[in-house]
Amino acid sequence: MIDLTINTDLARTILTGFIKTEITRAGFSRAVVGLSGGLDSAVSCYLAAEALGPENVLALRMPYKTSSQDSLEHAQMVIDALGVRSLTIPITEMVEPYLERFAEAGPVRRGNVMARARMIILYDQSETFGGLVVGTGNKTEILLGYTTLYGDSACALNPLGDLYKTQLRQLAHALGLPEAILQKPPTADLWKDQTDEGELGFTYAEVDKVLYLLVDQRFTPEACVEAGFSEAFVRQVVERVRRNHFKRILPPIAKLSNRTVGYDFLYLRDWGT
Amino acid sequence: MKLTLALAQINTCLGDVQRNLEKHLSHVEEAHASGADLLIFPELSLTGYVLQDLTSTVSCRPDGNDPVFRPLLEASQKVDLVVGFVDEDRRHRFFISSAYLSKGEVVHVHHKVYLPTYGLFDEGRFFAWGDAVRAFDTRFGRVGILICEDFWHASPPYLLWLDGADLFLFTSASPGRGLGQEPKLESAHWVELTNQAYASLFTSFVVHVNRVGYEDGLNFWGGSTVFDPDGELLAKGPYQQEALTLAEIDLGQLHRTRARLPLLRDERTALVLRELKRIVGGVS
Repeated sequence: MIDLTINTDLARTILTGFIKTEITRAGFSRAVVGLSGGLDSAVSCYLAAEALGPENVLALRMPYKTSSQDSLEHAQMVIDALGVRSLTIPITEMVEPYLERFAEAGPVRRGNVMARARMIILYDQSETFGGLVVGTGNKTEILLGYTTLYGDSACALNPLGDLYKTQLRQLAHALGLPEAILQKPPTADLWKDQTDEGELGFTYAEVDKVLYLLVDQRFTPEACVEAGFSEAFVRQVVERVRRNHFKRILPPIAKLSNRTVGYDFLYLRDWGT
Repeated sequence: MKLTLALAQINTCLGDVQRNLEKHLSHVEEAHASGADLLIFPELSLTGYVLQDLTSTVSCRPDGNDPVFRPLLEASQKVDLVVGFVDEDRRHRFFISSAYLSKGEVVHVHHKVYLPTYGLFDEGRFFAWGDAVRAFDTRFGRVGILICEDFWHASPPYLLWLDGADLFLFTSASPGRGLGQEPKLESAHWVELTNQAYASLFTSFVVHVNRVGYEDGLNFWGGSTVFDPDGELLAKGPYQQEALTLAEIDLGQLHRTRARLPLLRDERTALVLRELKRIVGGVS
């Protein structure tokens, strides 16, 4: 029995409390969110505005020249609906001089450069705004590694990382996101007509179920096949999760001393607060 | 005999004992002003929960010479107290502990006997295992204290019951987990079920005090409860927010429930012991 239904009221209570507490105890009262025009970043922005008040949230739109007009407009809908502060900072002038030197760079390389340029802006603006960067990565993309390391995955805290895309959609509905955002297909918008599901080769609805069995319910791959999923699909998902684990952990430090960061120097980030 | 319990469902500051102590003392004033007889704080209420390498830096000794316990013992002149702390024994072993303080005296100290070291938990890495489950006498009758994972196992509450406890004081720093369709987390559902079951099976009062707040990504869900010897819910704190929940309990209910339902009278301890010896000792 695979049921990914969540109680959205409870999720909202826990996640807004998380954002407020973790930002406040770090000595801040404000948040910065990169708004792509998509569902995930819109949800993060809604939660941050609810947690901190819209005047304490800075939403950044960072279009590239090939970004769709829809993305910009949908991000503006979120800004208007919430009354958060906003800035639009195109990244084209930042990334073009670099990419022009490497005309052979393919879409993945170009997409990574764009994602990392946005990270630079988010962190720089967070410094001047006096806020922390609130992340937008969901559990599905974290597990699949469908993210750019030190790019869109970079953040100070992530309220969405334990919700599968399917569950995030439920939360988005409950939060009352604009219909245009709820309805459109998920896309990284790194090139024209890109969609997540087209690039991944499967739908979120399907992969979320397999991930839920593998990760949450601790099914073996064989048991997933017995539960009705094709063996090729299950193998593909298992391998993706394994291969991308490096994106989910800090870089390993070579141990030399008796006490080493990451192994036996263990403190929470909330240490002392 | 009636007594008023105060369930201090607090948030804590991770590793800052002084700040947590101040919160304890202000709650004593509030509980005292509200007419409380016994004020109960959650697991590790003086230190915070995910201590890791902070463990050895936040420990205290539960006696009048300790700078943390001295003001708490003074405060216990006003209201009996249960506080959560890290006990460093004379051999420098660190225990997750709860102390019962009354009229300036340390009446009892419980060391957590089950340290979860699986899943998100890593207590066994940092703490020593307690080695005793004992009920103790208070001015309100005989009481037993357990800490979180202690009551996920059926045997410690059972031992306390046989050792004479009529009032069970359970404390937790329970991280919330298991978000489904229900308006409460699976962890909350499970703990409430077991607490209600213990109250019913042992025809006793079962009090659970759980902390709130966050430590990094972990949330603590609160929802402190008091169940009476009939298994009825007498009081409940809110989920996810700080609260001082008051509950008046009538110890006369023990008489009424046990007159109707003599489970304690009929408990066959000799049979239990004989069978346990056979099962554990391999003797038939």
